Amino acid sequence: MVHLSTIPDEQQVISGKLADGIRKAHLQLVNDDDSFTTSVYGSKFAARDLPKHEMPEAEMSKDVAYRLIKDHLSLDGNPILNLASFVTTYMEEEAEKLMAESFSKNFIDYEEYPQSADIQNRCVSMIGRLFHAPIGVEDSVGAIGTSCVGSSEAIMLAVLAMKRRWKNKRVEEGKPYDKPNIVMSSAVQVCWEKAARYFEVEEKLVYCTEDRYVIDPEETVNLVDENTIGICAILGTTYTGEYEDVKAVNDLLTKKGLNIPIHVDAASGGFVAPFVVPDLEWDFRLEHVVSINVSGHKYGLVYPGVGWVVWRSAEYLPQELVFNINYLGADQASFTLNFSKGASQVIGQYYQLIRLGKHGYRAIMSNLTRTANYLSDSLAALGFIIMSKKSGEGLPLVAFRLPPQEDRNYDEFALAHQLRVRGWVVPAYTMAPNTKNLKMLRVVVREDFTRNRCDSLITDINQCQQLLEQMDQDSVKKQQEFIHKHNTSSGKATHNHPKFRREKHSLQGKTGKTHAIC
Amino acid sequence: MSLGRHIDPEDIIHHLESVRPPSKSTNKPHHLTAYSTPYTSQRDIPKYEIPREGAPSDTVYSMINDELDLDGRPNLNLASFVDTYLDPNARKLFTSNLAKNLADNDEYPALLSMSERCVSILANLWGASKSEHAVGSPTVGSSEAVHLAGLSLKRRWQAKMKAQGKSIHEPGPNIIMGSNAQVALLKFARYFEVDARILPVSEKSDFCLDPDLVRENVDENTIGVFVILGSTYTGHYEPVERICQLLDEIQKEKGWDVDVHVDAASGGFVAPFTYAGAGQKWNFELPRVKSINVSGHKYGLVTPGIGWIVWRDEKYLPEELIFELHYLGGTEKSYTLNFSRPGAQVVVQYYNLIHLGFGGYREIMENCLANARVLSRGLEETGWYTCVSDIHRPVKSNSVTGRIKAAAETVTGSGTGGEEEEEKETSAGYTPGLPVVSFRFTDEFKQEFPHIKQEDVSLLLRARQWIIPNYALPPNEDKTEILRVVIRESMSFDLLDRLVTDIVQVTEQLIDHDEVDLSIMRKQRGRKHPNRKTDKGKGESVKEKVGEEVKRLNGGIHRSVC
Repeated sequence: MVHLSTIPDEQQVISGKLADGIRKAHLQLVNDDDSFTTSVYGSKFAARDLPKHEMPEAEMSKDVAYRLIKDHLSLDGNPILNLASFVTTYMEEEAEKLMAESFSKNFIDYEEYPQSADIQNRCVSMIGRLFHAPIGVEDSVGAIGTSCVGSSEAIMLAVLAMKRRWKNKRVEEGKPYDKPNIVMSSAVQVCWEKAARYFEVEEKLVYCTEDRYVIDPEETVNLVDENTIGICAILGTTYTGEYEDVKAVNDLLTKKGLNIPIHVDAASGGFVAPFVVPDLEWDFRLEHVVSINVSGHKYGLVYPGVGWVVWRSAEYLPQELVFNINYLGADQASFTLNFSKGASQVIGQYYQLIRLGKHGYRAIMSNLTRTANYLSDSLAALGFIIMSKKSGEGLPLVAFRLPPQEDRNYDEFALAHQLRVRGWVVPAYTMAPNTKNLKMLRVVVREDFTRNRCDSLITDINQCQQLLEQMDQDSVKKQQEFIHKHNTSSGKATHNHPKFRREKHSLQGKTGKTHAIC
Repeated sequence: MSLGRHIDPEDIIHHLESVRPPSKSTNKPHHLTAYSTPYTSQRDIPKYEIPREGAPSDTVYSMINDELDLDGRPNLNLASFVDTYLDPNARKLFTSNLAKNLADNDEYPALLSMSERCVSILANLWGASKSEHAVGSPTVGSSEAVHLAGLSLKRRWQAKMKAQGKSIHEPGPNIIMGSNAQVALLKFARYFEVDARILPVSEKSDFCLDPDLVRENVDENTIGVFVILGSTYTGHYEPVERICQLLDEIQKEKGWDVDVHVDAASGGFVAPFTYAGAGQKWNFELPRVKSINVSGHKYGLVTPGIGWIVWRDEKYLPEELIFELHYLGGTEKSYTLNFSRPGAQVVVQYYNLIHLGFGGYREIMENCLANARVLSRGLEETGWYTCVSDIHRPVKSNSVTGRIKAAAETVTGSGTGGEEEEEKETSAGYTPGLPVVSFRFTDEFKQEFPHIKQEDVSLLLRARQWIIPNYALPPNEDKTEILRVVIRESMSFDLLDRLVTDIVQVTEQLIDHDEVDLSIMRKQRGRKHPNRKTDKGKGESVKEKVGEEVKRLNGGIHRSVC
């Protein structure tokens, strides 16, 4: 049926507007004439510097702005050749499409985007089950969790929860609560140091030794005292990828009758271990493990911007840390450091979880483990000392160093620089303190690092090494400086603030430990 | 030519057919189109556990995409400040940079230099002094920025107290904010163990932080004052200049040097561009303002996930908070709570800054304010509503108006001239504020129709797809409820016309209904929530439980989404 419509006369048109005020207030803002140009590169902007420090007075057309920014970004590295980072650089087109469609959604806006919030709950539930979280029979038991921007936020939240729980207990017992401490390995990621410093918790470090790159359970438990808010165990250290022995720590605590919570930092390992070594007990199957974090944007296979943290049950999350936001009559409980953020990554995570299924994740993680084994064997054959574990005893990464040799003119950093010239980003690190400044190189095997590319890398490592062998000390040094200055971007960096350079408070400042990127 | 044995293809095919194992049709899902898998009709979409087997990508795409259709329409959500529109080029840039990690400075140097440029542009926009070295950082949003600012305030206070040999534990630090503060400010106090002195607001103080109360509450353990540029309730700017003066006086009298952090989450991209300005000095021109934060994803016109924080000088950022990271011989400083995070928002922020320029931002912000004035007048014209926000009211004091007008003229003097300029109405003559319209029933209306509740308006508008929240003002004004509309860039005049029409029709509808009808409607609404709860499954209900137990945590303060 077609609606009949009358044609309004003048009077009706005017009275159609509701109030005089509206008509009067109709603005007539002028638009300046836009200057049209032939193409982006024919415009005046192409011959000028991009505004860097002050906002330009006048606007520029969107095509020009787009093209100039895109050109500027072409100086960024090629993510595929970046073997330094765990962060996902490949997703399927469909996933990209979903994410692109959702990036204007504000994740925190529950009333407006209820479905996106529901998707987060499903992810928490799936990940919780993957970690064998106790499932609530009644409402008050059972795991709870939340999404975060990344593992840094997740860890800060976990530390905050442990600290507050400890404090509440101390207050109850009428004991002082001004000297909390946390026990962790010296190989921790920098965000643990941050969390300890920002929330004023003393760090008690378990140092690595020359041949042990993870915590020693005995030593760890011995460090525990009445002021210990918890123990951090890393499932896959960023240096060598080795899993720390959570079960041993747990069992020792049980044996000694200590009731100290363990937080497992499974930023990288949380999506690897359950698929590759499902029998390894590191998660909520152990009674002292109270919380676990995992990065969705690492082996969770999502683009940067998503992490997860799960608590064993609501009792481990002190109520005063949870904030309720009343919005259109619906209360939202939230425990986050960030508020508004995009919903894309959470949706991307859900896509991957149901798209791949356990089978898909297992297939990918198995391939990564195979590739890592292959690379590890090949490098061992080239004479390197392999520091990482193989075959699922650690993350799919290969950490290696040069064999001890007196007369060598180059070190691991020189090799890293040399590889940079060929386009590979293979970082060199100085290990955690008390390992006599052990240096190492690390290759992270990600989803998009295929066997074929692995072969090219091995060839290049071999060639770079041969080249370095032929050079004497001076030329190695010169070459290294040259590469540092011209081939690495951080060497060219101008943004390093003189005031904050060479700080002395972190493990890095104190001991020369370099942080592995994650 | 090589010799070849004759091969009969038929033979081979026959042979292969006989040895081929029976097909396992159940193993692989039949898959012709996205909707021809078991998920379409036989199986439930996995909700609580990772499925054992995966599913084809196009199927999963349409499953999730269809489900997301149930989300609201961003453009009709008038409750939120968060930007929902990107122009196609910005969208393209966003999509192509989705995979980039902002923390990976060695790999993405161009991204890093863009974020530095943005910090620099913002510092200049906010009047950073040339003789000082402003430092700043991108954040995920204003929440992170507020935490960082508060933490630096706390550390500076601790250092000061230690230097004076005073205790930092007894009685411990406190921080001052108005009860209209966003939840992030309160979170900072709770998480970093600073006593929050939340000062009540009143009509006298425009429902903002009251300078008189600040004077009463400052003591030597006050680490700072959070001043909000753009209250989320009514859009009023808090009196930054007045508070700074007052703190100067206090310092003279008692020697307490208390710093100010300006939470310009919404106002940081509005006040600098509009003709009305902030009606006062608010930025780094005031020496007491040590840091400012802004949300790029509000009036910075970027989609969610970006905020900025700038300190006026590096000396206000205590060194022990900064961490150095070494990569491949280079060094990075970092002061953030998040580490790996997407970089695409930074690219789009930079795109907006140089694409729009000062003029472009000004035009957009003036448009938003003009539309807000239109809406305010339209609502007041009905006689049913009165506005709690003031942006449509001409400035009372002549001297101030004169000053602003003069300033506006000097700014526009170089722009396009001519007679047209004079006809143009700008925000210069009006009370400065965010493009927010907060309104409530007039007292006469309430007397005439006592049975109509204001939240019914919100409820009925919801049925017409508009999301306009109704909530109580912060304490001690929480007897007053307001409806709030945030005017964003994408709220065009046409849409506004529709909105006024709908508000008027909805109100008429309410007037026509008697009390019984209305009570039925409210009942139906109440039923909505339990239903939702059962849908959510176990994981969620526990969370809800936690939520319920702490429901009255905020002492009845209703906190608005920003």
